[in-house]
Amino acid sequence: MLLGPALTVSGVLFALGVLGVLLRRNAIVIFMCVELMLNAANLAFVAFAQQLGVAGQIFVFFVMAVAAAEAAVGLAIILAVYRHRHTVDLQNINLLKG
Amino acid sequence: MIPLPPLPLALLWVVPALPLAGFVVNGALALAAPRAKRAVSITGVGALVLAFAAAALAVVELAQLHPSAPLVFRYWEWLPVGDLQVALALQLDQLSAVMILVVTGVGALIHVFSVGYMHDDPGYARYFAYLNLFVFFMLTLVLGASFPVMFVGWEGVGLCSYLLIGFWFTEKINADAGKKAFIVNRIGDFGFLVAMLLIFRHTGSLDFGVVFPKASAAFAVGGPVVTAITLFLFLGCTGKSAQIPLYIWLPDAMQGPTPVSALIHAATMVTAGVYLVARCGALFALSPVASATVAGVGALTALFAATIALKQWDIKRVLAYSTVSQLGYMFLGVGTGAYAAGIFHLTTHAFFKALLFLGSGSVIHAMHRAYHATHAHEDAQDMRNMGGLARYMPWTAALMWIATLAIAGIPPLAGFFSKDEILGAAFARGAVRPAWYVFWGMGLAAALLTAFYMTRLMLYTFHGPNRTGDREREQLHEAPPVMTGPLVALGALTVLGGALNIPPLFGGGARLEHWLAPVTDAAFTPAPDASPATEWVLVVSAVLVAAVGMVGAFRLLKPEALAPARLAPPERGLGRLLWKKWYVDELYDAIVVRPVLWLSREVLWKIVDMRLVDGLLVNGTAAASRALGWVGSRLQTGEVGVYVVLFVVGVLAVLGAVVR
Repeated sequence: MLLGPALTVSGVLFALGVLGVLLRRNAIVIFMCVELMLNAANLAFVAFAQQLGVAGQIFVFFVMAVAAAEAAVGLAIILAVYRHRHTVDLQNINLLKG
Repeated sequence: MIPLPPLPLALLWVVPALPLAGFVVNGALALAAPRAKRAVSITGVGALVLAFAAAALAVVELAQLHPSAPLVFRYWEWLPVGDLQVALALQLDQLSAVMILVVTGVGALIHVFSVGYMHDDPGYARYFAYLNLFVFFMLTLVLGASFPVMFVGWEGVGLCSYLLIGFWFTEKINADAGKKAFIVNRIGDFGFLVAMLLIFRHTGSLDFGVVFPKASAAFAVGGPVVTAITLFLFLGCTGKSAQIPLYIWLPDAMQGPTPVSALIHAATMVTAGVYLVARCGALFALSPVASATVAGVGALTALFAATIALKQWDIKRVLAYSTVSQLGYMFLGVGTGAYAAGIFHLTTHAFFKALLFLGSGSVIHAMHRAYHATHAHEDAQDMRNMGGLARYMPWTAALMWIATLAIAGIPPLAGFFSKDEILGAAFARGAVRPAWYVFWGMGLAAALLTAFYMTRLMLYTFHGPNRTGDREREQLHEAPPVMTGPLVALGALTVLGGALNIPPLFGGGARLEHWLAPVTDAAFTPAPDASPATEWVLVVSAVLVAAVGMVGAFRLLKPEALAPARLAPPERGLGRLLWKKWYVDELYDAIVVRPVLWLSREVLWKIVDMRLVDGLLVNGTAAASRALGWVGSRLQTGEVGVYVVLFVVGVLAVLGAVVR
C-alpha cells in the first residue's frame, strides 16, 4: 500500500472533520466530526506503521480506547444538556457568555 | 573634654529619672488603684523632693569644680545616622544648675500644694502622673546636651501642658484651651526645627559642645544664615514662652488646675524660651538683628500684656497676662545680652509668680468650696465675686501682698533687683544702640502698669466689702496647712531671692552674675557701664514708677462700688477694648483660623479629598479595572463555535510557526 494516497485520504478526512466541527451546530454531529478527525489520525498512524514499525499500530489502539471513553462521556454530557435545555443546538447553549 | 568627675555628678541622670519613675508608678496607680491617694501623694511629692536633693548635690559638686566648660555625660548613641551623630547626653553647667534647682525646688513646693488643692478630685493619680512627667521633660529640656535632646524635652513639656490644661476634659472649653495651646505651640516648634536643621547644615553637628565654639568661625557676624537661625529659634521661643505674636494660648491655659498654672504656665515651662536664648547666646551674639528683635518683642509684649491685665476680672487671667508681661521682661534682658539679668528675673519670677498663682489657687479653692456648700453657680474665679477675703484668709492675703510688692518692684524684695537689672542693662545698651532707649521706656511703662494691675487684683480680692454672697460668706475659710506651707516657703524665697544677685551698686557681690559667667562670657557683648549716678537715677525712677502705680490704684479704684459678676454692667470704651484683650483673638480668628478652616473644608476636603483622592484615585482605579474587565468579557460569547474557531486559528498559527 502506498503511503501517499493513504495520507491524502487521512488529510481529507481530517479537513472534513475540522470543517464539520466549525460549521455544524448540532452537538451530535460535531461529536461525530471529532471522531472523524480521530480516525483520520488513526489512518495516518497505520500508514506510517507499515514503514516505520508497529509502534504506530499500537498507538491506534490507544486512540480507539480514548475515543470509546470519549464517546461514553461526551454522549452522556449531550444527554444531560438535552434533558435540561431540550435542544442540542450549540447556538442556544451559551451560559458562559460574559 | 574634662575627665569624668566623681560620683555625685556622674549620677546626674538620677535627677530626671526620679520624676520619670514617679510618672510610671503614678500612671500605674491611676490605672490600677485610682483611690490610693496616700500612695500617689508619697510617690508624686517624694520623687520631686528626692530629685531636688539630687539636683542640689550635683550643683554643690559643680560649685566645687566650677568648670569653665559644661560637664557632658554621654549615655548612649541615640541617632547615629551618617554625619549626624546624636548621643543621648546630659550636660551640667552653671545655667542648667540654676534651672534644675528652680524646676525641682519650686516644683516640689507646688507638688505639696497640689496634695491639698486636688485632694477631692477623682483624677488625683492621673494628675500627679502628668505632673511628674512634666518635671521629667522639663529636666530633660534644661539638661540636654544637644538640640535634639533638648527638643525631646521641649515637645514633652508641651504634651504635658496640653494634658494638664485639658485635665478636666469633660468640659469642652477646657479641651479647646488644651488644643489651642498645642496648636499654637506647633507653629513655634516648627521654627525650632527649621533652626535645628539650618544649624546642622552649616556646622555639621547638633551638640552644644560643638556648635557654640564653632559658631563664630562658621557664621559671619550679622550674616543672613545666623540671623535666620536665631530668628527661627526665637519663633520657637515666642510659642513656648508666650510672646507676641504667639502669646494667645497662655491666658486660655488657665483652664487647667491652678497648681498647673503655677508650675507649668508661670514658673518653669514658659521660661524655656528664655533658657533657649540664654543657652544659644553664642549664636544670638552674632546677629544684632535677632538680638534687637528679641529685646523689642520682649519689651512690646511686656507692655502689651500689661495693658490687657488692667481690665481682666478673672483672677487667674490677670496673673496669666502678668506672666506674659514678665516673660517679656526676661526676653528684653536676654535680648540685650544681659543673660544673667534675664535668668535672675526668671528665677525670682518663678518664686513670686508661683506664690501668686498658688495664692490665687488658695482663694479659688475657698471660693469654690463656699459656692459648692450652698450649691450656688457663681464664678469662683471672678474678682467681682470676691472682696474682703483678707478677713477670712489672712495667711494667703499677707503672702500674696509680699508677692505683689515683689512683682511691682518694691525694694528690697526679689523682683525689685531682677527687674531693675534688666531695665538698667537696657538703658546702658541704649548708649550704643538708641533703639534700646525705646525698649527701656516700654519696660518702665510696663512696670507702672504692673504695679497698678497687681494692686487692683489685691484690692478687689482681699479688701473692701465682701461680694461673695450672704450665705456663702460663712463658708469662707483659710486653706489647710498643706497648702499654706508651700506659700510660706515661696514667700520666704520671694523676700530673700534678691540676695542671689545684689548688684555692686548696693554693696552686693552680684553672685549669680559671677556664677553664670562661664556660660555668658562667650556671648556677652558688654555695654559701657553707666556711672553710679545714672544707675541711682534709674533705680529711683523705677521705684517711683512702681510706687506711683500702686498709689494710683489705691486712689483710682473703688472696691466699694463694685457689683458682683452677675450684676455688673458691661464695659464701655477703652475698658471694653482691654477687657476684650484688644480683640486679638477675634483678629486671629478672622485672618488665620477662618481662612485655614475654609481652605481645609472647601478646598482640601471637598475638592482634594473627595474629588481627587476619593473620586479620581480610589474610585477611578475601580472604574478603570471594570472597564478593562468589560472589554475582556466581550470575548466570552459562550458559543462553542467561536471558541473552536479561535482554537483552530491558534493551532494553525502554532503549526505555521513550527513548520517555518
